Amino acid sequence: MADVALRKVVKRYDDVEAVRGIDLDIADHEFIVLVGPSGCGKSTTLRMIAGLEDISDGDIMIGGDVVNDVPPKDRDIAMVFQNYALYPHMTVAENMSFGLRLKHYPKAEIKARVTEAARLLDITDLIDRKPKQLSGGQRQRVAMGRAIVRNPKVFLFDEPLSNLDAKLRVQMRIEIKKVHQKVRTTTVYVTHDQVEAMTLADRVVVMNKGRIEQIGTPNELYHKPATRFVAGFIGSPAMNFIPCRLEDVGGTLQLRLTDRIAFALPPARAARYNALPRTDKLLLGIRPEHLTESHAHLAPGVETFDTVLDVTEPMGMETLVYFGLDGTPVCGRVDPNAGAKDGSPMRLAMDLNNMHLLNEETGVVL
Amino acid sequence: MSTLAIDKAGPSRKVKYGSMSRDRAWALRWSYFFLVLFAIFFLTPPIYMLITSLKSSAEISAATNPWWVFHPTLSNYVELLTSNQFLRFFWNSSIVSLAVVAVTMLISVPAAFALARMKFWGSATLATGVFLTYLIPDSLLFIPLFKMLALVQDYTGITLLNRWYVLLFIYPTLTVPFCTWIMIGYFASIPKELDEAALIDGASWLQTLTRIFIPVALPGLIAATIFAFTVSWAQFLYPLVFTTSVDQLVLPVGITTTLIKGDVFNWGQIMTGALLGAAPPLIIYAFLMDYYIAGLTAGATKG
Repeated sequence: MADVALRKVVKRYDDVEAVRGIDLDIADHEFIVLVGPSGCGKSTTLRMIAGLEDISDGDIMIGGDVVNDVPPKDRDIAMVFQNYALYPHMTVAENMSFGLRLKHYPKAEIKARVTEAARLLDITDLIDRKPKQLSGGQRQRVAMGRAIVRNPKVFLFDEPLSNLDAKLRVQMRIEIKKVHQKVRTTTVYVTHDQVEAMTLADRVVVMNKGRIEQIGTPNELYHKPATRFVAGFIGSPAMNFIPCRLEDVGGTLQLRLTDRIAFALPPARAARYNALPRTDKLLLGIRPEHLTESHAHLAPGVETFDTVLDVTEPMGMETLVYFGLDGTPVCGRVDPNAGAKDGSPMRLAMDLNNMHLLNEETGVVL
Repeated sequence: MSTLAIDKAGPSRKVKYGSMSRDRAWALRWSYFFLVLFAIFFLTPPIYMLITSLKSSAEISAATNPWWVFHPTLSNYVELLTSNQFLRFFWNSSIVSLAVVAVTMLISVPAAFALARMKFWGSATLATGVFLTYLIPDSLLFIPLFKMLALVQDYTGITLLNRWYVLLFIYPTLTVPFCTWIMIGYFASIPKELDEAALIDGASWLQTLTRIFIPVALPGLIAATIFAFTVSWAQFLYPLVFTTSVDQLVLPVGITTTLIKGDVFNWGQIMTGALLGAAPPLIIYAFLMDYYIAGLTAGATKG
């Protein structure tokens, strides 16, 4: 087991920069998830850690040693691929033991390790089967088993659940988390699915256009996003961004959303935003769960407004309501019994204690 | 119900629907028709060979129905199989073909692996170049090749011309390019993650080739082997040019040069020899086809 460090890592393909100078420190035993839209450089970063791609610039360190020019087999890493990449002509046991056999481990130890990993992953019954006799989820378990038996310094996962159906994905997600809790191997996990990232990670690295947007625990990213990209990427349904401006009305700071709707900011928020120029083009970032139905006893900082719903989506435990504010589509989450109907008026409450204010031009959360 | 309405309206509108089973039946009929036609076309010569090989010389030259054996005899077979000369041809052909298959595989499999997987400068051009060499016909190549080998023989003092083993240098010019090309195709169809997984598991390039690629591409390897064997076994022009002494000849050349004396054609024995000569490739096909299981990569990745 070891820590992993990336220092100003760059990857260039001809004249395209896929990864533009990444700095990242991954602690021993940590579960790090790289997340971002396709083409953001997350897979390339993982493949550079694996040694499958040369790095154009910078340093990669595993366990304190610079491994820039170390071939994959000498980096003591294990990788799980999106499409499993099992050796089709070998049984499950042979697949899992291939790396150990190449390194001439004693037979007894190989058997012990394979048995242990199979038990851990609950595939003991499948040990003599060929990959083609396995289902997708079973194949992915074998692929993980192949990584576990090697007992490497670092596990690398490259979108391992993307080929599985939704239900199996949730199940395997929990399996992966359980396995990590047992083996505690430093893990770098790549996914484009923010739910996977949030549920699995100790820390999430949000990437966009070859750069790191923000690194933080799932809660930090959710509650304190640094940029509009992170704010919009993490969370489902996504955060609403509503154009707004600040106004001073009678000595209090107001947030004006439309000609009709303006709210006085709660004191803590007012103090924070008071220094901002009133002329700046701003965006109010508010998550759908902070836009709920209004009720009699509202907490301080929760403001109400009336609107007409466009569409409602009953989800069972909640109902998503969609409406427009001066043409900006907005989504809220209301109680299923709140009486929300398509096309009907409704009074909603906005929790300004959980608002974010963004600079529209730079996308920075203020 | 809407479906009921359509069903009721159907007959009155007299729309002529195609029937899938009827279409299939017609497709099958045409398939059988052409298959039978081709089978007759291609099986007639071997059957004629078989019929003639069972006749005595007297019966062959008699003006009887050539498609029927009136006095079957195995004398042609007995004569050939007890003739040291014929057995020598057979032996030479076997050695040459098997050795050429071995040489071809030893060259083309690693070459194909390198060209398909180890991306290096010029690998794509080289792959095309390999195939282009296959397009040059042997009838253009035999004179320069002869000159080349004569030169080598003169300089080194090693006798090459008129020795059966010279064919081991010549045949691979035919077999290696094509087999390399086939294997490039097979190797390219193996998912890239498979060799990446092997690399990470600690395999060297050679181990990736021998322990992953060769087993996974076995059907391709067998196809290439069959091709190399058939080409070597049936080659006529090169052995005709490069070997002349009777004890150095391979089967196709041996049969035609020793069983045709002046204008006397020993048809019975020629046909028998040809039939016996056709047996080994048939046996090889039959044997290797059992191992030729397509879709061996099933299960490697999400299919």
